Amino acid sequence: MSYISLSKKDRKEMLAKIGVSSVDDLFRSIPENLTMKDALEVPHAMTEPELNQHFMALAQRNSYHTFLSFLGAGAYSHMIPAVVDYLSSRGEFISPYTPYQPEVSQGTLQIIYEFQTLICQLTGVDIANASLYDGASGAAEAVLMAHRIKAKPKVLVAKTLHPQYREAIETYSKNLEFSVVDIAYSQTGETDLEDLKKKLDEEISAIVVQSPNFFGVIEKIREISGLAHDHQTLSIVVITEPVSLGILESPGELSADIITGEGQSFGLPLSFGGPFLGFMACKRELIRQFPGRIAGETRDVDGKRGFVLTLSTREQHIRRERATSNICTNQAWCALRATIFLETLGKKGLKELAWQNLQKAHYTVDRITKLKGVRRKFDGAFFNEFVLEFEKPWEDINKFLKDKGIIGGFPLEKVFPELVNCALLCVTELHKREDIDKLVMLLKEDSR
Amino acid sequence: MTALREPLIFEVSGEGKRGFLLPKLDVPVKEDVLKNIPLREEIRGFPEVSEVEVVRHFTRLSQTNYCIDLGFYPLGSCTMKYNPKINEKIALTKELLLSHPYSSEELVQGNLEILKNTEELLKNITGMDAFTLQPSAGAQGELVGMMLIRSCLEERGDPRKIVLIPDSAHGTNPSSAHICGYRVQEIKSNERGTVDLADLEKNMSEDVAALMVTNPNTLGVFESDIKKISAIVHAKGGFVYMDGANMNALIGKSKPGDMDVDVIHLNLHKTFSTPHGGGGPGAGPVGVEKELEPFLPVPIIQKVKGHYRLVIDRPKSIGRVRSFYGNFLVIVKALAYILSLGPEGLREISETAVLNSNYIRKSLEVEFHLKYKSPTLHECVFSDKHQRSYGVQNIDIAKRLIDYGVHPPTMSFPLIVPGALMVEPTETESKRDLDTFIDAMKQIAREAKENPDILKSAPHNAYVKRLDETAAARNPILRWSRENRKE
Repeated sequence: MSYISLSKKDRKEMLAKIGVSSVDDLFRSIPENLTMKDALEVPHAMTEPELNQHFMALAQRNSYHTFLSFLGAGAYSHMIPAVVDYLSSRGEFISPYTPYQPEVSQGTLQIIYEFQTLICQLTGVDIANASLYDGASGAAEAVLMAHRIKAKPKVLVAKTLHPQYREAIETYSKNLEFSVVDIAYSQTGETDLEDLKKKLDEEISAIVVQSPNFFGVIEKIREISGLAHDHQTLSIVVITEPVSLGILESPGELSADIITGEGQSFGLPLSFGGPFLGFMACKRELIRQFPGRIAGETRDVDGKRGFVLTLSTREQHIRRERATSNICTNQAWCALRATIFLETLGKKGLKELAWQNLQKAHYTVDRITKLKGVRRKFDGAFFNEFVLEFEKPWEDINKFLKDKGIIGGFPLEKVFPELVNCALLCVTELHKREDIDKLVMLLKEDSR
Repeated sequence: MTALREPLIFEVSGEGKRGFLLPKLDVPVKEDVLKNIPLREEIRGFPEVSEVEVVRHFTRLSQTNYCIDLGFYPLGSCTMKYNPKINEKIALTKELLLSHPYSSEELVQGNLEILKNTEELLKNITGMDAFTLQPSAGAQGELVGMMLIRSCLEERGDPRKIVLIPDSAHGTNPSSAHICGYRVQEIKSNERGTVDLADLEKNMSEDVAALMVTNPNTLGVFESDIKKISAIVHAKGGFVYMDGANMNALIGKSKPGDMDVDVIHLNLHKTFSTPHGGGGPGAGPVGVEKELEPFLPVPIIQKVKGHYRLVIDRPKSIGRVRSFYGNFLVIVKALAYILSLGPEGLREISETAVLNSNYIRKSLEVEFHLKYKSPTLHECVFSDKHQRSYGVQNIDIAKRLIDYGVHPPTMSFPLIVPGALMVEPTETESKRDLDTFIDAMKQIAREAKENPDILKSAPHNAYVKRLDETAAARNPILRWSRENRKE
């Protein structure tokens, strides 16, 4: 296939206008020894039907989607209203550039502004940006932001933060002058406040806690933020499952300073991990060090309301090496999908969604913990994920379930060696009662 | 016709309206499950609208957007080419769309094969030794590239202090180097608009970790001395980082691997046609030469006995820069694009992009000032110098183009051309669309002389007139709230 729109005659006329005899003449600035002599080593061009066939064959080497799955751990299956796919597939949303020219980008800009507002309402603070790459790099950007503000030699990070987010923080901060210190977790699966108090001193830029945390347990954000502020430190709250915000008090109301996380639950399919949607919000007084693009309201010369990208003096195209972040392209189209998702569900829909996740997960735990050979590892309050500890190796149980068409959950021992025979399971509104009952029945069968 | 104002969704919200209903809860309700946990009664201010209101809202908003499906988009260094629709369709394949990133490897062999094949093809296209597909966009690719260099230098014993960047570079380059802990030293351009070798020699020292160079550079000029440039940097033990934002000029014609560069990032949302989505998602794969391969982010994909595996045990790796495996569906679209074009089709990209750009340059070189006369490849940078005497600036020319139905060119850089108008037509445009742009620009040049006010007050036919960006920054209103409405 070719996506060129020039005819032979066009090319001839254009070459004549330029005053050269061939296209090769236009490449004379590339020295001979850097000019390719041979064709590229890539397969011969495919037509559309061939391309379809090729990818169909590749897709058929996947079988995950045929299983009943209880995997979550930072990537969640939720329902997606038809309007999300329908509206987001419009060319006017898929094919524009970043809205640098506001007069021809009001659609994109107003949607970013609405997205920012929705994120502010969910997180309970006044400032949100237009999106970041994903939750993990969002957590890293939040830590860098806190370090720019406080410039202290340490950041405290809860052990219960998503392990990949923790790794991203390590990678981003490796070349800057601060170290990352762990905070232990307690018997309840929450961040251990005693350990936190022990480690708190005046040398800390931020405390990073995820809620619900990687074990699904809801953290004591108010207490942790209070401790942070007692030590002139910033409280960063990370959220990987934002559906929980339909029912839980917002982190901003609980005094968190910076709230960041993953918005994939809002209308984005699992997509093998990407593209996802990083979001970030903060208190108004921190705006000068806040990273990422921001849309703001203004007026045109006739006084008509319009929207523009603003506060760009924080950004790399003006501030260059002194920018608050190097981020340029972000995840605008994913933010569009989240905006359509949230506006369609609305105030009552999101609350109901959160409620159903909560109830189904609790129903599952209540039934499973009645079985022999399995218990809930942590007894802290949870939303839609929970850790189960088995008497038998999880690997054996998982294999048994897989033979019956079920993906049981995330094996925790790989990342937390102390959590022997433990798995992290997720239940959402998409799991029907009979799906849950099937899991329970099989676990019962296996425990015999 | 003046379009109607589409309100914010919050302004049409009405209590009790629903856009979606969930099935009834099919498990027994358990009360008091979140005892002692702070809950909220409702999300204050959250909208309540019907489905039809949502559909009309977004459809109306969409109609105020310019986009590549609508017309010519000559944004320099942004490579706004047509996005083939078959690639979108393939990315919706449910087996790809519905796979969990923590799935065990044997259930997602198709995905892993897609990733591995894409790596291999990008290696062949660029001549680099290894690729990571993880970076989510060009700027994250730059950051990864700089981290690789830093890790390698640390292993040699000294991470060094400085990164050299030409004054023509995009702003993400200095910003990425800075986040990686480096001080930035600017390198001057010579009268041809390329790297000044003498200035490079003067600044290159054993304190310099790397040179970040864009090739062709942001003027569209090929750095003909690139091998000499690489040699100067290598002689003092530094690395050469090539920003591949302008790879659309080179594909099938010249390989960065032959230019002795050590690291390159590509923008799949530029050269490889994945749609920009109004500002992402993109993807910024990074290619390296052998010495840097052990430092690539984890996981990497290996093929062992016909089976694809994810490998995280890589002791020298810089680690993870994001979750999972990059913007997978963006990579799927880029692979589909490469496979649909084949070797001839890929070469036709650069050849046609360069032809289109030179046609525009030749057609407008009388009306618009060209600061650098060097031959250019896929883009050219005019300036507003001829129009300044009439009080007209690049932004006025840009806004007037909107009235002629064309998206404005890039103006924010390169900083070495004051009043820049950076034009990159890409290969997908028809001669008719190029001519429409050329005619509009000529007409604007006439208007600048005869009626400059019409430019300074442009646009006249857009959904909104010129917006007050200064006021937006001075008094930032960054979210809707009931209180804001009272002002």
